[in-house]
Amino acid sequence: MSLPSITGKSRPEFRNIHVTQILQYKLPPPGMVSILHRASGAALFLALPLILWLFDLSLMSELSFERLIEIGSHWFVKLVLLGLIWAFLHHLVAGLRYLMLDLHMGVDKPAARTSALAVFWISLPLTLLTALKLFGVF
Amino acid sequence: MASTTSSAGIGSKRIVVGAHKGVGAYLLQRLTAIILAAFSLFILLRGLLGAAGGYDAWAGMFVPVWMKIVTLVALLALFYHAWIGVRDIWMDYVKPTWVRLSLQTLTVLWLVFCAVWSVQILWRV
Repeated sequence: MSLPSITGKSRPEFRNIHVTQILQYKLPPPGMVSILHRASGAALFLALPLILWLFDLSLMSELSFERLIEIGSHWFVKLVLLGLIWAFLHHLVAGLRYLMLDLHMGVDKPAARTSALAVFWISLPLTLLTALKLFGVF
Repeated sequence: MASTTSSAGIGSKRIVVGAHKGVGAYLLQRLTAIILAAFSLFILLRGLLGAAGGYDAWAGMFVPVWMKIVTLVALLALFYHAWIGVRDIWMDYVKPTWVRLSLQTLTVLWLVFCAVWSVQILWRV
């Protein structure tokens, strides 16, 4: 059934990338913001029981509040909390960018690239700041 | 023509696509996002201002009934927002209908569980 090709060359074929190709596939900044928005949202969803449990400990009593501080002083817990803080910050800032795009602000390619980079320039320093605070640098 | 459309909508070969609530979900995802952004900033500011106050200042914040209600509304917005997002993830990556529906059902049950738990947490203060 194949038709004789006019140029003699086969045309490039574009397919969805396979899971194994993900690491060698370079996304532009808006794509990075997008997939990390999804990943951070999924992480926050999966961490809901932990977040609610910590919230419960913080409110139940003075005793449970002390216990929360004790649990939070462990380095591994701090690392998990830092991961969640990053997820929250990225999801929030990227989400505000999407609300902006919904209002048709900055939808052209250069502006979308700039705002995508701005998401990282806001969320990552804020994450670093909370990291320094968490690990007692100040 | 009529017979093909009627058989496509019923039986085991039916394509499960939801109930055509796409626009509603889209709008509610944005609305809940605005609520969550506003509440996050509010709680962060109040939390940071009262950071030195320890347990009394933190728990005291959630004692007034209006604050319990505002927090619960924000948490319900969070759970609905999470439902739309997680539902989208299942729809994008999980193709077998029965696996997808099972995951969606578990997601709903889990979020309802979290909602009831939130009431318990807030009204115990």
